[in-house]
Amino acid sequence: MSAPVGPTAGTPGETARAIAAAVRRGDRRARDVVEEALARIAEGDPEVHAFLLVTADAARTAADAVDAAVRDGRDPGPLAGVPIAVKDNLCTRGVPTTCASRILDGWRPPYSATVIERVHAAGGVVVGKTNLDEFAMGSSTENSAFGPTRNPLDRSRVPGGSSGGSAAAVAAGFVPLALGSDTGGSIRQPASLCGVVGVKPTYGRVSRYGLVAFASSLDQVGPLAATVDDAALLLEAVGGPDPADSTSIPEPFPSLDPDDPGSSPEDLSGLRVGIVTELTHAPGVQPEVVAAVLRAAEVLEERGASVREASVPSAGLGLSAYYLIAPAEASSNLARYDGVRYGHRAAAGEITEMYGRTRAEGFGAEVKRRIMLGTYALSAGYYDAYYGTAQKVRTLVGRDFAAAYGEVDALLAPTSPTVAFALGERTEDLLAMYLSDVCTIPSNLAGHPAISVPAGTGEGGLPVGVQVLAPAMGEPVMFRVARAVEAGIAAAAAAEVVTP
Amino acid sequence: MTGAQHGYEAVIGLEVHVELATATKMFCGCRNEFGAEPNTNVCPVCLGLPGSLPVLNEAAVDYALRFGAALGFDVPPESVFARKNYFYPDMPKDYQISQYELPICTDGHLDVDGVRIGIERAHLEEDTGKTQHAGETGRIHGAEHSLVDYNRAGVPLMEIVSRPDIRSAEQARAYVAELRGVLSALGVSDVKMEEGSMRVDANVSVRPTGSEVLGTKVEVKNMNSLRSLARAVEHEIQRQVGVVESGGTIVQETRHWDEEAGVTHSMRTKEGSEDYRYFPEPDLVPVAPDDAMRARAASAVPELPAAHRERLVREWGIAAHDARVLVDDRELVAYAEAAVAAGAPGRDVANWCTGEILGHLNETGGSASTLVLAPDGLAELIELVTDGSLSRKLAKEVLAECLREPRRPRQVVEERGLAQVSDEAELAAVVERVLAEHPADVEAYRSGDDKSRKKKRGFFMGELMKATRGSGNPKLLNRLLDEHLG
Repeated sequence: MSAPVGPTAGTPGETARAIAAAVRRGDRRARDVVEEALARIAEGDPEVHAFLLVTADAARTAADAVDAAVRDGRDPGPLAGVPIAVKDNLCTRGVPTTCASRILDGWRPPYSATVIERVHAAGGVVVGKTNLDEFAMGSSTENSAFGPTRNPLDRSRVPGGSSGGSAAAVAAGFVPLALGSDTGGSIRQPASLCGVVGVKPTYGRVSRYGLVAFASSLDQVGPLAATVDDAALLLEAVGGPDPADSTSIPEPFPSLDPDDPGSSPEDLSGLRVGIVTELTHAPGVQPEVVAAVLRAAEVLEERGASVREASVPSAGLGLSAYYLIAPAEASSNLARYDGVRYGHRAAAGEITEMYGRTRAEGFGAEVKRRIMLGTYALSAGYYDAYYGTAQKVRTLVGRDFAAAYGEVDALLAPTSPTVAFALGERTEDLLAMYLSDVCTIPSNLAGHPAISVPAGTGEGGLPVGVQVLAPAMGEPVMFRVARAVEAGIAAAAAAEVVTP
Repeated sequence: MTGAQHGYEAVIGLEVHVELATATKMFCGCRNEFGAEPNTNVCPVCLGLPGSLPVLNEAAVDYALRFGAALGFDVPPESVFARKNYFYPDMPKDYQISQYELPICTDGHLDVDGVRIGIERAHLEEDTGKTQHAGETGRIHGAEHSLVDYNRAGVPLMEIVSRPDIRSAEQARAYVAELRGVLSALGVSDVKMEEGSMRVDANVSVRPTGSEVLGTKVEVKNMNSLRSLARAVEHEIQRQVGVVESGGTIVQETRHWDEEAGVTHSMRTKEGSEDYRYFPEPDLVPVAPDDAMRARAASAVPELPAAHRERLVREWGIAAHDARVLVDDRELVAYAEAAVAAGAPGRDVANWCTGEILGHLNETGGSASTLVLAPDGLAELIELVTDGSLSRKLAKEVLAECLREPRRPRQVVEERGLAQVSDEAELAAVVERVLAEHPADVEAYRSGDDKSRKKKRGFFMGELMKATRGSGNPKLLNRLLDEHLG
């Protein structure tokens, strides 16, 4: 097993796997673990604002149940007593679920998302709901109706987004694990900017039931963690088929255990890895980011992998296609927020006026922009030119990836073109903001898995992540390569410290 | 055809929505039932709550495939659900999951009175909730408030879109009647227009007879019975002919049928078609029926009404009209066939079923399956008449009693002593006695003319019936009377 690389700030110094093992053995009480996490949040979160809601009482009750199970000789599960933060677009029964939007004001879901149920079933303890860009639309968590989250490593900077609250909660050491959602990079980009690990699984690997939809054909729930191994722990707990999600993959979730035959991250001989040329050498990618990708490649070569350049010619077109497909689906998914059944309702004398005012008051600027963009893209007379063409590009991206995977087993690419940027820096420059996701979007379009792993630092000493990409259902090879990158980078860093 | 009298021809296409009689809704496990307390058959999925996802009810697919197999449709390898986007409070997601470019069934047909009506497509979709608007207008605009019941939201619907092959109001009515019979025989829907489980919209246009060009079409809605459909279409044809005749132009619009006033009112003008921004539903995967599903559907198709009617005419020797009356009522025809299976001749069964029994059902509002007289009881009654032990007249009384309470015909006959007496010696004695009691009348008969003889004969028969308490075999009594009167 690779040595855990702790987060850079506020670390409790303990992995989720270690906590769960101690709790299951009866060496630690889940209640104590959770109290410590709640204390860290109470102390640190006023500065960071990772959480929209801390569910302290429910967390204590859940922790006590885990402890009771241990006392009774029952196994509480692989996440026993581990405090987990949950992005606030995942439904939690009886607990406000806001999507960081005023339009869901006062709404408490009568049901929990499948992933939440699975966290509970595995003994995990949900400690709160984390901040996000409204309805997961954004790359900085500045589009939250309840104020931005700050990057715990530099509070003048953004944590990335849209799962910025979840990434910050892990990076700040509040919790070892968090759940996020990734539609165009919303787990991986904030993971990169906060120096943690973030995974977007294969589309269909993790149930979307109870994830408030942004763009249904692109959305995936995934873990954020301080280490690759902890990310695997959470993913194994929440992944797998769900009859409530028709797009769920029916095959059981595969083992991500590094001790499985052929899974060793130490010995990569025979493994072929490609560096995606179009993403690594794209305009706007900071030199330190390119260097991090090359550093990761070196690490893999040292462990026996063969590394080459690989071409995914259409990858660069992904961004444009994404900004038609995602808003188109969003314009439909967000129609239901009309004031009739739940959430915010504006006072008005007549139904059309009520709809209009409710949505005008309830949605923020970015959400409105995307609803309008998507409505336009689906309109008669424009459908073929916009939505239709975007779907063709999407097909092309999938084909190009398939061709690349004919030559290699996994791909490397930058996660974010840059390190964390300053709060407010890109809010007036939408194109710059949208370009934050240029390297992450192709995996969503293809439905493939991708993981962002910390791989050193860049401008201002801020963390830089690299992505490991794999073909659909390729989580085992992806985690093998990610573990190797993580261990190799850690070893290199340790060597630098010893020999300055 | 009234339109033809004016030198015009009507061109009519029908869109028929039927609620499928599945146990649960289209995309969730909520019960699919009519008439429950408002908002009790609901869950996060059919309420469209944030985060909920649809899961397709396979029974609905089976039903659509069965319909497809019955009416000669093509079932493409894959059909795709699409979202139809529009805002309305009875639609929880503000989009309806429907099928658009790739429906489950394409290009079928239905023969109606010898004319083949093409059916362009049949597709699956979900129903909406129901809205009640408080206030004078009865519509959402101008309502003081509105109440929404989402029990119906997510109920499976099949939309059946005919080609514009229909030429008259009567043919439109006949098409829907035949379609209703098919759907009922297939067991896929309750097809009750009054309860809204079958809803019909008509696209009507007119053109000069002989023209190949289509006129501007008008959509007519809100017909809640076959009769109202025929009336509404006929009215709309007349209205359009009137407009054209007086030099006006038909506006493409939707018109609302007002049953009481017997007219259509303009609801909204369509400037081109509404933009529903259809796109493939990303929460569902395409429907790809495999060979097993197709075979299951084909084998689930029973005898359809047309074939059923033909068989009854052929095997029972009954009139086409009676066959239609029987087959139109699935429970009644099942009852009749059970009576035939119990040994009664088809023609007699049909007579009783389309006569007294149907009359009884219409009077009581019941259905044949709930009759207290079992089909073999009807067969028993028919046998009593056939073997001469019960007169037809008394048989009606016996049947009436057997329909009121659970009795067997033979039992009633015995208890009330209604058995027809056909014993010649016994009846001859009665005749002799009655004639002996009325010597003056006998004399009058013998000396009278034809007219008075006939009158006297009626008198004797009445006395004979009195004497036998109505149980004397009339045929036999007539012969005996002839013999004794000379």
